[in-house]
Amino acid sequence: MNEQRPLTVPPKLEAARAGGLEADLKPRMEAQGLTVYYGKKVGVGNVSMPIYANRVTALIGPSGCGKTTFLRALNRMHDLTPVARVEGKALLDGQDIYAPGVDPVDVRRRIGMVFQKPNPFPTLTIYDNVIAGLKLLGVRRKNVLDEAVERSLQQAALWDEVKDRLRAPGMSLSGGQQQRLCIARALAVQPEVLLMDEPTSALDPISTQSIEDLMSELKKHVTVVIVTHNMQQAARVSDFTGYFLTGELVEFGPTSQVFTMPKDPRTEAYITGRFG
Amino acid sequence: MRPGGNLERRKLFDRFMLGLLILGSLLVVAPLVLVLGKVFLTGLSALNLAFFVEPYRPLDEGGGGLAHAIVGTLMMNLLALLIGGLLGLAGGILLSEYPDHPVNPFLRVISDLLNGLPALLKGLVIYTLFVIPMGRFTGLAGALALALVMVPIVLRATEGVLKLVPWSVREAGLALGLPRWRVILSLVLPSALPGVITGLMLGFARAAGEAAPLYFTAGGNLNLSFSLGDQVESLALTIYKYAGEPSPVRQEQAWAASLVLTLLVLAAGLLARWATRKR
Repeated sequence: MNEQRPLTVPPKLEAARAGGLEADLKPRMEAQGLTVYYGKKVGVGNVSMPIYANRVTALIGPSGCGKTTFLRALNRMHDLTPVARVEGKALLDGQDIYAPGVDPVDVRRRIGMVFQKPNPFPTLTIYDNVIAGLKLLGVRRKNVLDEAVERSLQQAALWDEVKDRLRAPGMSLSGGQQQRLCIARALAVQPEVLLMDEPTSALDPISTQSIEDLMSELKKHVTVVIVTHNMQQAARVSDFTGYFLTGELVEFGPTSQVFTMPKDPRTEAYITGRFG
Repeated sequence: MRPGGNLERRKLFDRFMLGLLILGSLLVVAPLVLVLGKVFLTGLSALNLAFFVEPYRPLDEGGGGLAHAIVGTLMMNLLALLIGGLLGLAGGILLSEYPDHPVNPFLRVISDLLNGLPALLKGLVIYTLFVIPMGRFTGLAGALALALVMVPIVLRATEGVLKLVPWSVREAGLALGLPRWRVILSLVLPSALPGVITGLMLGFARAAGEAAPLYFTAGGNLNLSFSLGDQVESLALTIYKYAGEPSPVRQEQAWAASLVLTLLVLAAGLLARWATRKR
């Protein structure tokens, strides 16, 4: 049973396919033996992997494999779950975000997150949704806020669709637009890393495509980590891929290599569609 | 295929059940309509300008009005709303947003206890804690007793509506690098504002109608006073006292006081709705 289902790999990855990594590659974040416990149960265990700056890293794997759990450990979202406990290190620019004295609020300022379901603030307008972070962090000057709204919505590829109704409620947008609004909202505080937890799983194919198209633009400004159920999506948008299975990182490498020449037979079984 | 007769029977049964539901609703609403109707009709005929601008006068001087009670009610209830509202809000936020906080079990017991405690005993609590040490009845003590009436109502309502705000709103705020208190005050609370306001209004309405907790605290006062440091009269106290008096003038004043109290609560509710309307 060796036959593989061929997956399309973007041409820009042809270089990486040869095995040589690009020269300007530097890690923005790095997980070192990161383990998340829920009570006594291990959610995801002993994960070590780099997250390269200005690249898209995809985390794939079947449901319940721990990829979302790992993602949420990267900006200390587990701090709010009393039963969750994190061990190991997660470095951001060489600094452990779990070191004593590090404020989780600062961490989340620098590492933004987009969630599975679009979650605009229900009481706020489009404009106010985008600047919610800046405003509540104390930015008051109108020209700064106006500029941030336009820049963030441009980066999220939503500006042209909403520029004439910035005062409309955020909830009045379609699902795909809401998700791009959430991306704009996360970008407005200018994070270094953007974590995306299955950002297109609640969206229709057209909205999904518009968000995928965004990715290559986004990585010019931020480092992106995306959890996805959809292997084709990972192949299309990511530069690096980590494959998770039953709470463990099985394989990590350039996307082209993981999808065409996986080193681990379990990865191969998954990407060739034998399970998952 | 079901026979047609069965369908007819089901339609009839549906009508019958619907009729029962309407009848039940009417039975519930009827006493309310009767009470309100009686209060409006009887109260309205007893209302006049003197009622609002004159304080108490003896019967042989015409009986005066209830300005002293209206002023007292407003002063004590607004202060109670400030104190009880803030305490209730704080407690509700703590229970909903910090579910694992160590003080929560105590808070819950105290809140349940307060909720079940007769209002008269709430007055006695304040009597023991404030009136005895101060040596006299004051409007301040009355307001504190009314605040005790409000706290559990506001607390439960706040906790309930905050829990209805989706968890994703909090996560979205936290992921922007906002401190938790900011997320709660600026994002979660506004999402639940209509419910929170309703809770505050329920508490206000309940406290405005209480006479019992004021007996040992505000003490009542026949003179007009604008100071919460004095003894203070309230409409609810007046209704209780005048309703039992043989004089028809006093009885009419009690009816009028009931109407004014009802309108006050109604107005407060409408004002709150108007202030939080969707723009």
